[in-house]
Amino acid sequence: MAITGLFLITFLIVHCGINALIFFNDGGESFNKGAEFMGTNPLIRTMEIVLFIGLILHIVKGFSLWKQNNNARPIKYAVQNGAANSKWYSRSMGILGTLLLMFLIIHLRHFWVISRFTDEITSGKETLFNEMKEVFEHLWIVVLYVLAMVSLAYHLMHGFQSAFQTLGLNHKKYTPLIKGVGFWFSIIIPFIFAMMPIAMHFDFIK
Amino acid sequence: MSGNMNLTLKVWRQKNTKTNGELVDYKVNEISPDMSFLEMFDVLNEKLITEGKDPIAFDHDCREGICGMCSMHINGRPHGPLQGVTTCQLHMRSFKDGDTIVVEPWRAQAFPVIKDLAVNRSAFDRIIAAGGYVSINTGNAQDANNLPISKDNADEAFAAAACIGCGACVAACKNASAMLFVSAKVSQLSLLPQGQPEKQSRVINMVAQMDAEGFGSCTNTGACEAECPKGISLSNIARMNREFIGAELGSEKY
Repeated sequence: MAITGLFLITFLIVHCGINALIFFNDGGESFNKGAEFMGTNPLIRTMEIVLFIGLILHIVKGFSLWKQNNNARPIKYAVQNGAANSKWYSRSMGILGTLLLMFLIIHLRHFWVISRFTDEITSGKETLFNEMKEVFEHLWIVVLYVLAMVSLAYHLMHGFQSAFQTLGLNHKKYTPLIKGVGFWFSIIIPFIFAMMPIAMHFDFIK
Repeated sequence: MSGNMNLTLKVWRQKNTKTNGELVDYKVNEISPDMSFLEMFDVLNEKLITEGKDPIAFDHDCREGICGMCSMHINGRPHGPLQGVTTCQLHMRSFKDGDTIVVEPWRAQAFPVIKDLAVNRSAFDRIIAAGGYVSINTGNAQDANNLPISKDNADEAFAAAACIGCGACVAACKNASAMLFVSAKVSQLSLLPQGQPEKQSRVINMVAQMDAEGFGSCTNTGACEAECPKGISLSNIARMNREFIGAELGSEKY
């Protein structure tokens, strides 16, 4: 979980960085350039496959971990006060991950399928920026995306620092730093992502 | 006496490993706040015996917080509401008159219930037998100063060795993982020079035994550290992970 998780975190940085180009508010010019580069560069396209492998491994491993851990306690407690000893999101990684997976299916259907499996964007009929504009016209989709980013924030809040602990990277000097960076990363990245549908919907970006 | 309490207990009763158990209600009256939690159980058991009923089986031994025998899951927390104490050191002053207290055994696949609140923790013994030792050839003991140990390492090894193997970490963990226990036992040896020769095989064998016993995996929730009566640190788990990864990659054994 740790290795694939950290790999997916690096993907989030790239994804967030490219998409943040919409905030230049230049009618999507720089964003469309970025999207075209990501869609055509052979190295990126290869990494896309690696990314999917990483994502699938993360999901499969997460599921088997959930099953194994569920079996480790066949008879549950009548009363268990988890709040007394741990954070709710640390105990809910499976549920948060499942929510994110459901979001990802919708999200991929919105943008990835259009740009890879139809010729709408490659033929120049449509740009990815306009596609974003169109999708985020619906308020319920904006709400869905924002809620998904809340899930992502909590998933990262546990996952970021947990990955380092799993890999044995615990150190008196560096662990507080890792935890601090993890905390802010978990807030800033989902916040930037969440601002995208909001800005599009309310026409802050034209 | 004034200040004495009347309480309702919901206690897990289970005849043996094979039968199903259930929570049974008991009323205990005139409980002194100065009693320990186990003494309150003694009072209840006396009453049950007088009534000709089967007393509640529970583990206990030293009753001073150092043996690791007591193992009650009280109101959803191992060893009850206080931090850094075992059940035997929990006193009734931590509760209020009229409280309902739910008492369950440690719950884990690897800790089958023997009877009522007593669970079989010999899985821990088998993990220790798998590698939690140092092999020392017989002969005269050498001078202690021949083995230089830094104070920091000695302190950290000692802190890890404070683990009494009660199993509260397993009980607290949502995954019933034994990582805090195993990592404490790995750390107390690998931090010292005497533990070095068997360092790689120790971590590999102990982790393999831990998995074979059916404990869950660590997802770093930190519940174990928060509930450990001896304050064993999560940094031990990271150390064990580090050593395990190193041993898996570096060892020439398959």
